[in-house]
Amino acid sequence: MKFASEFRDRELVSGIVEKIGDVCRHDWTLMEFCGTHTVAIFRHGLKTLLPDRLRLVSGPGCPVCVTSRADIDRILSLSDTPGSIVATYGDMMKVPGSTMNLSERRARGADIRMVYSSYDAIALAEKNPEKKVFFIGIGFETTAPSTAAAVLKAAEAGLGNFFVLALHKRTPPVVGALIEHGTSVDGFICPGHVCSIIGAKPLEPVASVWKKPCVVAGFEPSDVLQAIYMLIRQLEEGRSEVEIEYLRAVSYDGNANALAAIDRVFATTSSEWRGIGMVEDTGLMLRDEFSRLDAAPFTDRDITSRPDPAGCKCGDVLRGDLIPTQCPLFGKTCTPQNPVGPCMVSSEGSCAAYYQYAGE
Amino acid sequence: MCLAIPALIVEKDGVRAKANIGGVVREISLEIVDLPAEVGDYVLVHAGFAIHKLEKEYALETLRLMREVLG
Repeated sequence: MKFASEFRDRELVSGIVEKIGDVCRHDWTLMEFCGTHTVAIFRHGLKTLLPDRLRLVSGPGCPVCVTSRADIDRILSLSDTPGSIVATYGDMMKVPGSTMNLSERRARGADIRMVYSSYDAIALAEKNPEKKVFFIGIGFETTAPSTAAAVLKAAEAGLGNFFVLALHKRTPPVVGALIEHGTSVDGFICPGHVCSIIGAKPLEPVASVWKKPCVVAGFEPSDVLQAIYMLIRQLEEGRSEVEIEYLRAVSYDGNANALAAIDRVFATTSSEWRGIGMVEDTGLMLRDEFSRLDAAPFTDRDITSRPDPAGCKCGDVLRGDLIPTQCPLFGKTCTPQNPVGPCMVSSEGSCAAYYQYAGE
Repeated sequence: MCLAIPALIVEKDGVRAKANIGGVVREISLEIVDLPAEVGDYVLVHAGFAIHKLEKEYALETLRLMREVLG
């Protein structure tokens, strides 16, 4: 058992596709919340296998894409601190702030380094005791525990030159915000690796209060298709429940160790989502006990919320209201080589996926 | 960004381990994994951290459910 190749079996995939066709009797719109699902769907050409009456839209599940311009500007302002190193995941380098991106800032002399893990940033701080190392803590609940582990490690070691800019986001409340905003989505393909950490349980209100079926899905072709099959069955049978397709990675209650680390280090706060706005309880801030490690006091405090660039429809795309090809900038002034909006920057952004895989 | 990849643990020293991730051996942390994981176990790795121990019975159960669908 390699936990991957078994789920790419051609016969299995075509069998599930056939069953989806058998059970799908009405027009349905499903949202894949997670950017990693978006990429899997495009890479494997899954849309071409589905019945015409089934519509898949991408959601706000790419942490890079939903990071606000103001937060990118805050990261840029950190790099102005004399004697600083900004350590960030590579995904962030090309996301446009108001005037430039991190890559351009680095070309102008700022010390901005890409790291694979939060512990690489700790190592940078240990190797450069005369510098301040600012680690950009970004990502959903999948990534937040690794930032929490780094905060705990730095606190325990008394590392005085390691700081975290906490930009992590929590996902379940934003699904509620999307539905309240008004959405044509009938059911949600829910993020498998977020739910590895938080479990399937936090999705219950989506199914019980808003009556939208949820299936937590894995990332191999048969996983995504099986999740779609499970959602269509729920919809056709008039059910709205939380189900787990990705049993090998997700339990109902989640990863207690990782959740404890998040809870130990972070408190819940509101957070700004690009295209959606401020959403209560979707942000994570360092608890007072760890305020010494907070990078926020080093950012430019005058930065306020900024609108998206003129013409950019990333907000509508992130809400699933438009598909990328409906944006007037798509493929014209906005391309992966010269992105205007964040959905074209990240490899997991839906615009980048549409561009790379030639749309639908 | 929420990509997590199955990896085989090949060495372990406390909460530090080395894992074969698609042919590349990297150091990973076992600090936040949900269940005790040993050499020979598969874990899901995200940003240098094992986040979940993969267990064969659950994978087989999913494959069984998928095939059951096929009737």
